[in-house]
Amino acid sequence: MEWLDDWGVTLGTFLPIVGMIVLLFVPATQERLVKSVATLFAFAALVVGVLIAFRFDYAHSGEIQLEVVREWIPQINANYHVGLDGLSLSLFVLSLLVSFLCVIYLWWHVPDPGKVKALMALVLLLETGMTGSFVALDLLLFFIFFELVLVPMYFMIGIWGGPRREYAAVKFFLYTLFGSIFMLLGFLALWINSGGTGGGTFDIIELQARGVSGSEMFQNLVFLGLFLGFAIKVPMWPFHTWLPDAHTEAPTVGSVLLAAILLKMGTYGFIRIAFPILPDAAVTFAPIIGILAVISIIYGALCCFAQTDLKRLIAFSSVGHMGFVMLGLATLTDRGINGAIFGMVAHGLITGMLFFVAGSLHERYHTREIAALGGVLHQIPRFGSVFTYAAIASLGLPGLAGFWGEMLALLGSYQPGAGLSEELFRALMVAGGIGTVLTAGYLLWTIQRVNLGRVPAKYEDGHGVFDVHPIEWYAWVPLLILILAAGIYPKLVLGVTDGAVQRLVGMFGS
Amino acid sequence: MAFDFDLHAVSPELILTLTACIVLVADLFLPEDGKWLAMPLSAAGLFGSLAAIVSLWGRDSVTLAGTFEVDTFALVFKGLFCVIGLVILSISLNYFRVGHLPEGEYYFLMLSSLLGGFVIASSRDLIGTFIAIELISIPAFVMTGLRKRDARSNEAALKFFLFGVLSSAVMLYGMSLIYGITGETNLAAINDALSQRAEESIVILGVFFVIVGFAFKISAVPFHFWAPDTYEGAPSPVAAFLSTASKIGGFVGLLVLMFVAFPAVADAWRPAFAVLAALTMTVGNLIALRQRHIIRLLAYSGIAQSGYILVCFALISPGNIEASRQAFQSAVIYLSIYGLMDAGAFAAAVAFGRRGGSYFIDDYTGLWQRNPALAVMLAGFLLSLAGTPPMAGMWAKVFVFLATIEAEVYWLAIVMGINAVIAAWYYLAVVKRMFFEAPAPEMEGEVEVPYLMRTALGAVTLVLVAAFVFLPVVSDLAERSTWF
Repeated sequence: MEWLDDWGVTLGTFLPIVGMIVLLFVPATQERLVKSVATLFAFAALVVGVLIAFRFDYAHSGEIQLEVVREWIPQINANYHVGLDGLSLSLFVLSLLVSFLCVIYLWWHVPDPGKVKALMALVLLLETGMTGSFVALDLLLFFIFFELVLVPMYFMIGIWGGPRREYAAVKFFLYTLFGSIFMLLGFLALWINSGGTGGGTFDIIELQARGVSGSEMFQNLVFLGLFLGFAIKVPMWPFHTWLPDAHTEAPTVGSVLLAAILLKMGTYGFIRIAFPILPDAAVTFAPIIGILAVISIIYGALCCFAQTDLKRLIAFSSVGHMGFVMLGLATLTDRGINGAIFGMVAHGLITGMLFFVAGSLHERYHTREIAALGGVLHQIPRFGSVFTYAAIASLGLPGLAGFWGEMLALLGSYQPGAGLSEELFRALMVAGGIGTVLTAGYLLWTIQRVNLGRVPAKYEDGHGVFDVHPIEWYAWVPLLILILAAGIYPKLVLGVTDGAVQRLVGMFGS
Repeated sequence: MAFDFDLHAVSPELILTLTACIVLVADLFLPEDGKWLAMPLSAAGLFGSLAAIVSLWGRDSVTLAGTFEVDTFALVFKGLFCVIGLVILSISLNYFRVGHLPEGEYYFLMLSSLLGGFVIASSRDLIGTFIAIELISIPAFVMTGLRKRDARSNEAALKFFLFGVLSSAVMLYGMSLIYGITGETNLAAINDALSQRAEESIVILGVFFVIVGFAFKISAVPFHFWAPDTYEGAPSPVAAFLSTASKIGGFVGLLVLMFVAFPAVADAWRPAFAVLAALTMTVGNLIALRQRHIIRLLAYSGIAQSGYILVCFALISPGNIEASRQAFQSAVIYLSIYGLMDAGAFAAAVAFGRRGGSYFIDDYTGLWQRNPALAVMLAGFLLSLAGTPPMAGMWAKVFVFLATIEAEVYWLAIVMGINAVIAAWYYLAVVKRMFFEAPAPEMEGEVEVPYLMRTALGAVTLVLVAAFVFLPVVSDLAERSTWF
């Protein structure tokens, strides 16, 4: 398996895009062939990802492994630099897994207007963009992957989405573009600061080592630029308004990929780029991030109570859950950040699962209105159970994946690191704790309204309402197992992240 | 000074001139249904010039008493003019043949205008530069009016002509002032002479007039009024030519003058470019938001794109050589990528609008279902103009941003960033129509694109994607093009 060290990360990242190019030469009428090719490439990429996970040396998860550096644009010293460490490995594998499951899911159901070839091609392009963001160790490379996901997601929402898809797609695109332009300005400022044409670097690891020499004002401004880019992607209140529209209107696989992976690119950006390169500014901004995070938690939960559309409800629950992730990051402690990464993975598994369920529910009942649904558990018991399981995991029941991220984030804010105000973070902890109660409240209420009660008269004949389809099982079982596995054995994720997080935390206040 | 004449150094120009003459003469003898042969003849000439350009690679030389320089900068732009010329030839064939427009004259005029582009890339002399810019413009006036029986084509040509002559007069006045002060026409000598008299207002006035003259040619705001009307009225391939080759010709002239002749007085003219750039991109983008005609949309988008290039001029300063180099290279990268993506977008519009078809954006609705390849390629060009991966247009923007930050002109960087978002809005509006909506019932049939156009569109798309991945090829050319 020596070849993995040199080629593993590159293969895992670019196999999907190769698959996309191959797809272009497959006639669109041959749907089976189209699906098989896409599945083959997504599966191959996943296999590479799993092999990498076995190859990875967990004892040294704080160091970059399977690293590749190749000269790319010598004029500005931008390199093709990729690699994995404890911060990125789990997200890398997660994005390969979820993309593969989405491809599997598309065997069962392709939303209107069909065109499975185009949709598969976009999923594969998206997969490269997502995995690439998690392996890139060069700012320009990261920026490209970060931007690359915009185009396929825009088309996915716009072509296969719901009734307000055009509005949602454009809003998603412009909002994210706006953020990423300020992020790019921040990246370029870092490059100039490290020497510009005379020895400047875009290398994330190198920039961490060199440190930023500018004034405090400069560092804060650069951090602000990066913050805009990442916070919009996360999204944090008040930058979240694109998310409910995009999530609600996107087709099922689009919502799943958005929730499970795309949002993590924002939070990942904080721990990979913003915090380690600008640790002093991170300490300055941490209280603001913490406050915004808690507002996101409470606001997201309250909005959930007011939603009538199931997908929109899950979308707002993402705002709340990502708030916990950001709160964990803002504590700047090993507990908090470990919890944040755990929260990212857990949210990816659980909310991805919830969007799958919501999409499949829509295929059966042709509505997402919570009020129009009821008695799902009676009518299709296995499906209802899956929904209950995912919702309970989402509310943070101990023993399932949702628990650890929130618990560690709250625990971290009890004793924040690096000279942060203890009073403030304890207050945030209390507010966050109230948030968990609210979260449990709206999720239980949703389960009650959708799963329990009477089956509405309209659906009593059970026409077109069938229990979990075999292909759905294939797509869902891995997620269901992982939710449980991560819940009872959190070391599955924490064992990967801890080394890297310790290293990151060591940078603050030094 | 002995009169030196390096035949090899001017061979691209000679081949082009010869081809233009052959095309004009051949047109007299060709039968009516064989007039289209002028197009393959012109293409052969462009390929010949391209071969000559390649043969000159790495062989820097100065000829014609120091007025004509062949260096990497000149060769890069001559090559670019050839490539753009070939793309425009490929979209012209069908348009002019089916539309029964004068073919021989058109190809002759286009080659002449390209010749002007060749000369302006090499000229290092005030007179040479002026003649070259006129050589680009005057055939373009006539090309614009080629649809003789169409009142709008006539109006477009007249408007273009009047504005063009006015701008030439202003430019020439500025040049005469410069010559009067310095007594030199050689650009480097002018710079030496000016460096002692940078403070004099007459110098600044002269430079200012020259800039205004060029601002008309490259349709910078507030000298842009002729462009959208002219593009709309002109035969569409000519609009493509004006927006790419002709505009790039203007920029090349401006680059040569500003970086060779007038850097000594840079402090005086730099702020003018900053204002010009900010105005051009903002006004261009804002007006583009309301366009419903694809050619007008591309016209205003082209104006906005000029704004990004003008930013590079606002960054040079004699004191900061690194920043100046970066600004210059960014301009070269932007121009090369812009030329291709804009030509591609126009080509796609012509492909859709041919046979008296439609240029209205409403009619693009559902194009994806009528011709997926055309829709995908047009979307690719538009996204490239908007600056998103995986198209080369992203790098054009990134490099200008980079130069702006390096020169520490942060406010321009912010203005550019906001403009990039505004621009994305109207590019996406077209993409949205093509992909997200079903075609109207009366427009449901397939859209056929002739073989030649398809090839050209595919080739430009591939080059743009390849340039995105293998950007070092472009940035290396830009680096070698830098004189200083």
